[in-house]
Amino acid sequence: MPNLELEDDYQDLSDTVRDFADTVVAPVSAKHDEEHSFPYEVVSQMAEMGLFGLPFPEEHGGMGGDYFALALALEQLGRVDQSVAITLEAGVSLGAMPIHRFGTDAQKEEWLPMLASGKALAGFGLTEPEAGSDAGGTKTTARLEDGNWVVNGNKEFITNSGTDITKLVTVTAVTGTSERADGSVKKEISTILVPTGTAGFTAEKAYNKVGWNASDTHPLTLRNVTVPEANLLGTRGRGYANFLSILDEGRIAIAALATGAAQGCVDESVRYAKERSAFGQNIGKFQAISFKIARMQARAHTARLAYYGAASKMLAGKPFKTEAAIAKMVAGEAAMDNARDATQVFGGYGFMNEFRVSRHYRDSKILEVGEGTTEVQLMLIARELGL
Amino acid sequence: MSVASGGPLKVLVLVKHVPDAQFDRHLAGADHSIDRSESILSELDEYAIESALQLIEARGGAKAGHTVTALTMGPERAAAAVKKALQMGATDGVHVCDPALAGSDAAATSLALATAINHLGGFDVVLAGMASTDGETSIVPAQLAERLGLPQLTMASALELGDDGVLTGRRDSDTTSTTLQATLPAVVSVTDQGEEPRYPNFKGIMGAKKKKTVTLALSDLGLDAAHVGVAGSWTHVEDAQARPPRTAGTVITDEGDAGVQLVDFLADKKLL
Ligand SMILES: Cc1cc2nc3c(=O)[nH]c(=O)nc-3n(C[C@H](O)[C@H](O)[C@@H](O)COP(=O)(O)OP(=O)(O)OC[C@H]3O[C@@H](n4cnc5c(N)ncnc54)[C@H](O)[C@@H]3O)c2cc1C
Ligand SMILES: Cc1cc2nc3c(=O)[nH]c(=O)nc-3n(C[C@H](O)[C@H](O)[C@H](O)COP(=O)(O)OP(=O)(O)OC[C@H]3O[C@@H](n4cnc5c(N)ncnc54)[C@H](O)[C@@H]3O)c2cc1C
Repeated sequence: MPNLELEDDYQDLSDTVRDFADTVVAPVSAKHDEEHSFPYEVVSQMAEMGLFGLPFPEEHGGMGGDYFALALALEQLGRVDQSVAITLEAGVSLGAMPIHRFGTDAQKEEWLPMLASGKALAGFGLTEPEAGSDAGGTKTTARLEDGNWVVNGNKEFITNSGTDITKLVTVTAVTGTSERADGSVKKEISTILVPTGTAGFTAEKAYNKVGWNASDTHPLTLRNVTVPEANLLGTRGRGYANFLSILDEGRIAIAALATGAAQGCVDESVRYAKERSAFGQNIGKFQAISFKIARMQARAHTARLAYYGAASKMLAGKPFKTEAAIAKMVAGEAAMDNARDATQVFGGYGFMNEFRVSRHYRDSKILEVGEGTTEVQLMLIARELGL
Repeated sequence: MSVASGGPLKVLVLVKHVPDAQFDRHLAGADHSIDRSESILSELDEYAIESALQLIEARGGAKAGHTVTALTMGPERAAAAVKKALQMGATDGVHVCDPALAGSDAAATSLALATAINHLGGFDVVLAGMASTDGETSIVPAQLAERLGLPQLTMASALELGDDGVLTGRRDSDTTSTTLQATLPAVVSVTDQGEEPRYPNFKGIMGAKKKKTVTLALSDLGLDAAHVGVAGSWTHVEDAQARPPRTAGTVITDEGDAGVQLVDFLADKKLL
């Protein structure tokens, strides 16, 4: 039989991050959400705890843990504050992980210790105004000129791309074209490391988002951004394949974050249902409310099993693309559904911004969209079924 | 060799496993001891661990040969307090564990701890929390200093160890701040006014398993069971009763004379 009890190290990490989330993160969440401010003080404490280095080897400044450890931390943070959780998720799985997976020794030595320490953040720029789910629509170009890449284009919705501690954005760009047998044009997509101080790189004004207000998201403009040829990340022309594999892993991380959000909605609802009374009894005594919360618990539990399952396949070195897609979809929907039910349990207070459940209501929508929409996950699952 | 003569700094930090204050506490059993089923490392002891780690880190840390030994006395599950200390960065652990220790009061606790400290030997600093979060007597560190024949710097913060082996700390009260000094070895209890204790990182969590923890029974310490536990305690809890539930208070509604009513109420209770 499979053993779904967490081993001691994982359990202790999860408990530690839970304690941190409750004592350090939660008290400032509503403030940063309202002010749309980046929680630098929280991020620096997460850095001290080594959270940004969780899945990286010690020789590159990491904690020597694995991707599941990261997922557990994300679940605990996602329970109380999705903005903080996505800052860690994007920083590690989109910012630093591509360098760990595909970087040269020199690139790893230059960037990983800084990123794993959490003292600096990196973003990953894939989405463009006209290329989201269909990343093949990428229009940004990079051409080789005198030993340098010259990058031109625009990126959309890039997380962690404009904070005071952002040092790098990895962008996808078309580095050439070839003709297919049928005469159509095939784009060669590669990934290029762009340090944020490079001339011509601009993180534009931050978006006014529905949720994730304390997470940093900007459109990017790249105008004749010139970086050394050695800033190519991975093999030329493998950019597309590489980011697809990064996104597969990332879906486990997002699923964990979403599981936390779904659980956070349960925990808040249970507490409130025991405290709030109407018609002479606690609202939790009404079966309409207790069944609603029971169903929420079932969703959170299912989401957790789904991401544990995907992570265990990944750590065992087995294919996990479909499991990750399922986990991402199930957990994202669990978060959204639970947030809707939790705000219902809270009545009018659920419509007030400062309550955690209303924050989850605004924050959870993006979980059905970012790092692959629900429709994209369904495409992947259907493809695996041969459809 | 002690730190004053150029050897490594050896710190011992006392950590107590206590019921989690998040849950309701209640007394159980014939000796009316606290039910310890949901227990954690006493949060105030985390400050002692933080101070201990800072003392060695200021001199190059464990890499330079300095040590922080975490010591607890308690039942089997109290090992969790030592484990947490090791995860935070303590270098090794000691668990004094014996059924005969159950029901020890402060005097019996300090006897067992002092005997263990002498048995282990060679510590420059013995650090404790300002109070356990369950018993809260604050008296164990003072008794320990007495038993060990060492100077005591109690309720201190902002510890600094000079190269001359003199330990300085500050004791703050509401109106005054006193500077305390002692030559090593010394016993120190630290308040929660110092730097916030660190959270263990994952490297620390994984590394803790590889650190050495020894478990000592009374026989290892040469301690007579009659001197500890309920038998050896100087104080005994004869009876304990749950506090009666709070009754509704008096509500004074302001109809122009609330101030007068309030004063009358307080005067009636002899509070004015
Ligand atoms: C109902 C009840 C009544 C009691 N009444 C009395 C009483 O009247 N007199 C009495 O002496 N005791 C009494 N006790 C026992 C007492 O509360 C403690 O458990 C006692 O053994 C230790 O004192 P403390 O927890 O107050 O420690 P404190 O002196 O508050 O602890 C200070 C520091 O000493 C260290 N320390 C203390 N205990 C340990 C340990 N076991 N292992 C490692 N480090 C430790 C920690 O660093 C701690 O922060 C009573 C207990 C109960 C349940
Ligand atoms: C807060 C936030 C942070 C983000 N962070 C990053 C980041 O750090 N880096 C980054 O690169 N991107 C980031 N994104 C972008 C995000 O990944 C994309 O928004 C997402 O992938 C969807 O792309 P799109 O917005 O272009 O939507 P589109 O691709 O235009 O999709 C629109 C709708 O059409 C559906 N659709 C598209 N194709 C199909 C199909 N074949 N079959 C069925 N339905 C289909 C989609 O599911 C969706 O419902 C972020 C977005 C947000 C809002």
